[in-house]
Amino acid sequence: MSETKLPLYGDLADPTPKISVRGLDFFYGDHQALFANDLDIAPNRVTAVIGPSGCGKSTHLRVYNRIFELYRDQRAKGMVLLNGEDISAPSVKLLELRRRIGMIFQKPTPFPMSVYENVAYGIRLHYAVSKSELDGRVEEALKGAALWEEVRDLLHKPGTALSGGQQQRLCIARAIAVEPEVLLMDEPTSAIDPIATAKIEELVEGLKGRYTIVIVTHNMQQAARISDFTAFFFKGYIVEFGATRQIFTNPHNKKTEEYITGRFG
Amino acid sequence: MKKASNTRRRELTDLTMRVVSGTASLIGIFFLVWILWTVGKNGIAAFNYDFFTALPTPPGIEGGGLANAIVGTLLITILAALIGVPLGLFTGVYLAEFGRNTRFGGMVRFTINITMGIPSIIVGLFVYTLLVLPFKHFSAYAGAVSLAIIMLPVIARTTEDMLNLVPNSLRESALAIGMPRWRAIVSILFRAARSGLLTGILLAVARVSGETAPLLFTAMNSPYWMRGLAEPTANLTVTIFNYAMSPFDDWKTLAWGASLLIMATVLGVNLLARTLLREKTK
Repeated sequence: MSETKLPLYGDLADPTPKISVRGLDFFYGDHQALFANDLDIAPNRVTAVIGPSGCGKSTHLRVYNRIFELYRDQRAKGMVLLNGEDISAPSVKLLELRRRIGMIFQKPTPFPMSVYENVAYGIRLHYAVSKSELDGRVEEALKGAALWEEVRDLLHKPGTALSGGQQQRLCIARAIAVEPEVLLMDEPTSAIDPIATAKIEELVEGLKGRYTIVIVTHNMQQAARISDFTAFFFKGYIVEFGATRQIFTNPHNKKTEEYITGRFG
Repeated sequence: MKKASNTRRRELTDLTMRVVSGTASLIGIFFLVWILWTVGKNGIAAFNYDFFTALPTPPGIEGGGLANAIVGTLLITILAALIGVPLGLFTGVYLAEFGRNTRFGGMVRFTINITMGIPSIIVGLFVYTLLVLPFKHFSAYAGAVSLAIIMLPVIARTTEDMLNLVPNSLRESALAIGMPRWRAIVSILFRAARSGLLTGILLAVARVSGETAPLLFTAMNSPYWMRGLAEPTANLTVTIFNYAMSPFDDWKTLAWGASLLIMATVLGVNLLARTLLREKTK
C-alpha cells in the first residue's frame, strides 16, 4: 500500500493502520464463513465489531493472532498486516505475534494457578527478569487491569477463587503483562454481571491510550459507548465500517440500520 | 374404572422391578462381602513378623515368610509404572491434542481399545517369546514389561478423556499469550486435569498389581532374594498361585496372607484415587 492512500477509516485517526485486512476469506472445512473482508484497525483506538450471531465476528478476530490454526479443518485466505507486515510471513514468529496481539475470551479463563502466577507466567515466558522485577511487573499489570487493589492480599490464592468479573480482569492483566500492541476482546463481558461489565468498559477506555483494541460485542450500547470505529458484519461480509457516531446515527446501509435499531439480531 | 386398574398394573411392575434389581445387587454384594470376609479372616492369621521379613521355608519348617515376594511385586510394579505411565500419558496426549481428527489418531485409538481387551495371559505369552526365550531365563524386566503393556492402554484412554474434559478456551488462552504448544500441554492442561490424570494412573497401577497371568511366564517365581532385575523374581500373585495349589497347610496360610495383602493394597489405592477425584469436584 502506498503511504498517501487513506485507510478505510478515512482521516479520522492516525493514517497508518495498526492492522490492515485485505480480501480475507475463512473456511471451516468446506463451509465458507468470511467473504472478502477488508478492514483497517486504527492504532490506539477502540474498534467495535458488531453483527448478529454467527455472522463471523469472532472468526474474523481469531485470524489476527492465528489462534484458529489450532484446529486442523480451519483455513484463512487473504492478507492480514500488522504494522504493514504480513502476519503469516515466514519471518513472523508465531509466539512473538501472539505476544504482540493479546486476546481476551468470552468466558474468563484463568490458568489453574495462583493470581500472581497467572500474570507472572507470561512475563517469564517472554522476558528474562529478576524476582523483584517480576514482582513489579505483576503489580503493574494488575494495576493496569484495575484489579490490584482488590487482589493485593490474595496474590497467592488460586485465580479461579476470584469472582467472574475479577477473573476477566485477571485475564486482561495476564494479556497486558507481556506488553502487547493490540488487544483482541471476544465478547469479554457477555458472561459477567452488569456492574462488572461497567468496570471492564471503563477499563477499556483507559487502556486505549496504550493499546489498539478490537472488541467483538453483542451489546449495541456497549459498542456505542466505548468504541471509536464500528464494523458491522452480516453473513460473513463486512457490510459497513466507519466512525461509531456515524454508524449509529446515520448508517448508510439498510441492513446496518435494521440491526442497530433492533429489527433483527 | 379402566384408568384405575391400569395404574395398579403399573405400580405392580414398578414393585417387581424394584425387587428384582434390589435382589440382584444384594446377591452381588453378598459374594463380595463373602470374599472380603474369607480372605480377611484367613489372611490375617498369616500376618506376623516373619511374614513380612523372612524368606519362604520348605513345607513343614516354621518361620517362613514372603519378604522376597513383597519386595519383588513392589519392584516389578514400580518398574512397570516407570515404563507404562510415560508411554500411556504421551499416547493420551497425542490422542487428545494432536490426533483428534486424524486417520492415524483414529488407528491408535482403535488399537488401544483392542489392546485393553486382550486377555492378560496372552500378553504374558507374548512377552515370554519376546524377552524370556531369547535370553533363556525369566526376569523382573520381562514381568514389568508385560504389566506395562497392560497399563499403557488404560492410562492412554484416561489421559485422553481427562484432557478432552479441559475446555478449549483454556487451551486457546494459553496459546494466546504466546505459549508454545508443549508448554501449554505440560503446564496448563496437565495442571487443569491433574487429579483426573493421577486417578487414572493409580487405578492402572492398582489393576496390574493384582495380575498373575502376565507374570507366570515372565517374572516366574523364586524362593530366594532377587539378585538382580534380570533374574526370576518372587512376586505375590504367582506365589498365591503356587502355594494355594500346594498340599501344605503352612504354604496355604501364606497364600491367604498374600491375598489379603494385595487386596488391602488395591483397596487402599482405590480409596486414594477416590479422594483425589472428590477433591477435584470440590
